[in-house]
Amino acid sequence: MRASHKQRGFVAAMLHRLSGIALAVFLPLHFLALATALNGANALDSFLALTREPLVQALEWCIVVALALHLTLGLRVLAVEFFDFREKTLAALSACAAAVVAIGLVLALNLS
Amino acid sequence: MSDVLAVDVWRGAENGQFQAFTLPRRQHQTVLDVVTEIQREHDSTLSYRFACRVGMCGSCAMVVNGRPRWTCRTRVNEVVSGDERLRLEPLRNFTVVKDLAVEMTQFFDKWKAAHGFFEPGTAPEQDFAVVPPQTKERQAADAGIECIGCGVCYSACDVVAWDRDYLGPAALNRAWTLVNDVRDRGQAERLKAVSHDNGCQACHTHMNCTNFCPKAIAPTYAIAGLKRVLFRRALRSA
Amino acid sequence: MLFVAQRTTAFILAVAVAAHLATILFAVRGGLTAAQILARTHGNVAFALFYAIFVLAVAVHAPIGLRNIVREWTAWRGRSLDFALILFSALLLVLGLRAVVAVCS
Repeated sequence: MRASHKQRGFVAAMLHRLSGIALAVFLPLHFLALATALNGANALDSFLALTREPLVQALEWCIVVALALHLTLGLRVLAVEFFDFREKTLAALSACAAAVVAIGLVLALNLS
Repeated sequence: MSDVLAVDVWRGAENGQFQAFTLPRRQHQTVLDVVTEIQREHDSTLSYRFACRVGMCGSCAMVVNGRPRWTCRTRVNEVVSGDERLRLEPLRNFTVVKDLAVEMTQFFDKWKAAHGFFEPGTAPEQDFAVVPPQTKERQAADAGIECIGCGVCYSACDVVAWDRDYLGPAALNRAWTLVNDVRDRGQAERLKAVSHDNGCQACHTHMNCTNFCPKAIAPTYAIAGLKRVLFRRALRSA
Repeated sequence: MLFVAQRTTAFILAVAVAAHLATILFAVRGGLTAAQILARTHGNVAFALFYAIFVLAVAVHAPIGLRNIVREWTAWRGRSLDFALILFSALLLVLGLRAVVAVCS
């Protein structure tokens, strides 16, 4: 393993990148699911019955976490690039990301 | 502290293998001391670079236990504890010439490609330029001008590893110092030279360059500066 | 250029995603059914506008991000890649706006 992989910036960038890929894959499916409402509320409801499956709930939680991750790490990039943020306080940002992920976690658990 | 130091040194070029050596361990050894001792006492066919040996020239940069650093400024005790082995490799992202020496041409070609040179313009000033050192531009330039082109940042950069055409942190850092040079007359061409798929936009803020630079320069922030200038210019022309 | 478009939509999405996360978490905690959600969104111009802009921003932001990843991690680049990504962008746009119509009209 190259030393650079242990650097925090690399870890942040990889999480950002992988969560982005996950979201890009998820979104078309999300749009298709929503569009079942074209056939009325019942159609959407019966589709949503799927989401009470534990496996599906777990995946939904993953996607919410991916979204929160991608958002917070994206904010880090925007802060460094546009607001000349000097990243000695990466620790603070990681804490932020962790907080958001935790929130996503706790609230997403209310899905059931 | 153990009496002996076990060292694995890369031999060959792109294809090659590690050769093991055993040396006496001394208290204040630097990695450059180790390499020199190997070449003088053990295997005179070993190729490596150094010049000043006091942390001024950057010639001795190589990868030490996975991290790119200056060997003259790296104490063995910093990187090896107990019976750990010392592992020496040539800089990453460069073509290996032989053993620990790499081909630097592409690195400096990219400096030129990024317009990392001063452009006086067709009608240079006749008198001295007055540039107060505390101005924002001069401070931004001063933060990056100490670069001596050692290649450590370039070796550490993941984007260079993924895309050999990426201009790289050193070239872009130099471009930024010149973007902030109020005497320079080549800004338009320079900005064009750094704003393409292989220019500042390819930086993903991993910050390896900033973490490893032995002169505490922060190419990440220089590149961020270039991105901001680019962005403002694009919005203005829209 | 692509970089400017990506960062601009990033700013837009930062706001939109935060709003969307809040909305969805509110709806989920409230235990709203599909019928109840649709009752609130049907004919709601504000929601429609918000989500239409959201979809547009995503259709720009995601393909450009993917372009970087593909160019760096695979050997694929050039016209064919750009074309494939334009197709993906169109897919997101079409499916996305269709979903907006489904939920908001």
